[in-house]
Amino acid sequence: MTIDFAKDRPIYLQLVEIICGDVIKGKLKPGDKLASVREFALESGVNVNTVQRVYKELEMMELTETKRGQGTFITTNDAVIYTIREQMKEQVALQFISSIESFGFTLDEMFEVLKNKKGGN
Amino acid sequence: MEVKQLSFQYKRKTILERLSFSIPQGQIIGLIGENGSGKSTLLKLMAGILTPTSGTIEFNGKKITRRHTNKVAYLPDIDLFYEKLTGDEVFAFYQSQFDDFSRDKAYEVTSFLQVPTNVKLGNLSKGNRARVKLATLLARNVEIYLLDEPFAGLDPLARESLLKAIIKFIDTENCSVVLSTHEVNEVEPILDQVMLLKDGHLCAMDHVEDIRLERGEDAVDWMKNLYGKRVR
Repeated sequence: MTIDFAKDRPIYLQLVEIICGDVIKGKLKPGDKLASVREFALESGVNVNTVQRVYKELEMMELTETKRGQGTFITTNDAVIYTIREQMKEQVALQFISSIESFGFTLDEMFEVLKNKKGGN
Repeated sequence: MEVKQLSFQYKRKTILERLSFSIPQGQIIGLIGENGSGKSTLLKLMAGILTPTSGTIEFNGKKITRRHTNKVAYLPDIDLFYEKLTGDEVFAFYQSQFDDFSRDKAYEVTSFLQVPTNVKLGNLSKGNRARVKLATLLARNVEIYLLDEPFAGLDPLARESLLKAIIKFIDTENCSVVLSTHEVNEVEPILDQVMLLKDGHLCAMDHVEDIRLERGEDAVDWMKNLYGKRVR
């Protein structure tokens, strides 16, 4: 799996988001072990130093914990995962707002579209 | 590796002019720039195959000379091996030439890349020849690896497999890699820094993640902007 990265943002941030997404979706579960830095680098086709930075960032967000000699694991603290889920929602909402603003659409108008979409499914 | 005020002339023509930079340990550096900008010459100078007209290249505090070919692994951009040789024979030859060459590691690389070593190089596809060639480089245990256009002319799958072999088999903590390439887009994710050459000058050198963070652009756009968006 080689990832197509967006070109306007650092690669390590994009990888952090991918992992956060996997946790929110439940693809990665609390207590799951992450690949080693080198394995992750190999799988995603990125520099080992970049992956090190990703792991450091995840650790700082408290999304992962490193157990000496055992590896890096997704936190079992539900509160942390809940917070990250809420932050991601906020981030997606902000991106959405900025993109509708660039077209001059109003939020109310978009609510209608979203409601219809939901009804359609 | 420290390079100071490095210039190189060939038959009175200036190829490289007063380059100064350092290659930190533990990083992969991409050397980019147009054809004829001096990338190959710079790599040959760093490998100790060419001698600077002026300026110095030091490695671990010692001046680089031809004798350093045993400290530096260099992969030229041309096919240098006899077509009649098989991968096995090339590895045996390397074993006889370089004390730091590990035949076991060469076979580890070729099995990772799934390329046969009992076939004459002339009968292999271009992609597989490049894979064997890369194995000879990665099987050397040195502190600096120099690769001249390792991906040129290869299909996307071959390029990806070579990139992965570089990630897998180079112990980047303890050594450095400098590779020249035109496939900036594909190679960028494995780079720490990019170095841009323009008409024999070092136009810029920066960390790829910093370029993305500070300028919101990837190495390709960075290069185009610095080149002044000349379209011919």
